[in-house]
Amino acid sequence: MEHYISLAVKAIFVENMALAFFLGMCTFLAISKKIEAAVGLGIAVVVVLTLTVPVNNLIYNNILREGALGWAGLPNIDLSFLGLLTYIGVIAAIVQIMEMVLDKYIPALYSALGVFLPLITVNCAIMGASLFMVQRDYTFGESVVYGFGAGVGWALAIVALAGIREKLKYSDVPEGLRGLGITFITVGLMSLGFMSFSGISL
Amino acid sequence: MADASAKQVLFEPIFSNNPIALQILGICSALAVTTSMNVTIVMCLSVIAVTAFSNLAVSLVRTQIPNSIRIIVQMTIIASLVIVVDQVLKAYAYEISKQLSVFVGLIITNCIVMGRAEGFAMKNGPWLSFLDGIGNGLGYSVMLLFVAFFRELLGAGSLFGVALMPTVNAGGWYVPNGLLLLPPSAFFIIGLAIWGLRAWKPEQVEEPDYKMSRHTAKEAF
Repeated sequence: MEHYISLAVKAIFVENMALAFFLGMCTFLAISKKIEAAVGLGIAVVVVLTLTVPVNNLIYNNILREGALGWAGLPNIDLSFLGLLTYIGVIAAIVQIMEMVLDKYIPALYSALGVFLPLITVNCAIMGASLFMVQRDYTFGESVVYGFGAGVGWALAIVALAGIREKLKYSDVPEGLRGLGITFITVGLMSLGFMSFSGISL
Repeated sequence: MADASAKQVLFEPIFSNNPIALQILGICSALAVTTSMNVTIVMCLSVIAVTAFSNLAVSLVRTQIPNSIRIIVQMTIIASLVIVVDQVLKAYAYEISKQLSVFVGLIITNCIVMGRAEGFAMKNGPWLSFLDGIGNGLGYSVMLLFVAFFRELLGAGSLFGVALMPTVNAGGWYVPNGLLLLPPSAFFIIGLAIWGLRAWKPEQVEEPDYKMSRHTAKEAF
């Protein structure tokens, strides 16, 4: 249990997807003008990450990994080069399925998340989490915790940035920095703040 | 853009329509690989190759793709190209591919590749699309190399791994600025670079959301 909590804290704060690994930056900068939108996107990312990382973990460990096809009588096959193609396929499929399920059973949530769901397929944070999971050799349980933690960390960062930007729009920013420039510097300062978590290990 | 000249297509993305500074594309995988010039150059070459060839391939099949599944088709093309790049790097530049770790894979979700395939290659011929891919790849590279230049020079006192300013640890005089090797510095440098670019090309400046009213000197006296 302790191991899982430590992993979650690490994924949320110390190795924050957005602020320490620069993942999901495009949507991070584009959708952070309003808090409501940021919260919606944040929730969607948490859900998708918690689903895709474990699924990719299962696929990697049971099909793609070297020697994983032993159960099918093919112990010498190494399909790990197909990884990239598989993960992105899984992500696209899960996003699509989630969209259909939500549309059918929870229309309220669907209309709230509607616009953001398709955006998530091309969010590097999702793909990045799957790749990190493979690289660090997480077990199934760890991958669930890691997916959830990474999502929460990303959501936290985008909501915080949206809060700052909502206040910032009333400030008198130098002409050339207006918009994108000042946003980058704000994110830099936030990232500096998150650096202070780096000493924590539970 | 249909009758745009080849030269325009190739050079416009470098400064006038830079994918990172203006289109906000492809920042995702960009920043983490800019701590040293060597790694950055390999990353840039990979991105240029993937953008150019995915644009070419998408443009070649653009009349055959049914509109409803075009995203999946583009994704498949891009993912296959990235796998090729990844395997080539692992075979011929293993050390650097270790340092790039997951970021080669993340070229798939790099919005530049997808954005150009969707926005340009679906509407234009193969040759122009190929040039557009190279142009946007170059625009991305210029920004990345700029960031990497400062981060490696000031953060480690070297360029391409060659020590230019001998650091204190190695018996020299330069005290390296450790902040520049950490993530926040990349954001600062890009922010400042955008400032510089927009001061040079003022037409890129964004409109403010709220205008300050002019200060009236009557009150508070």
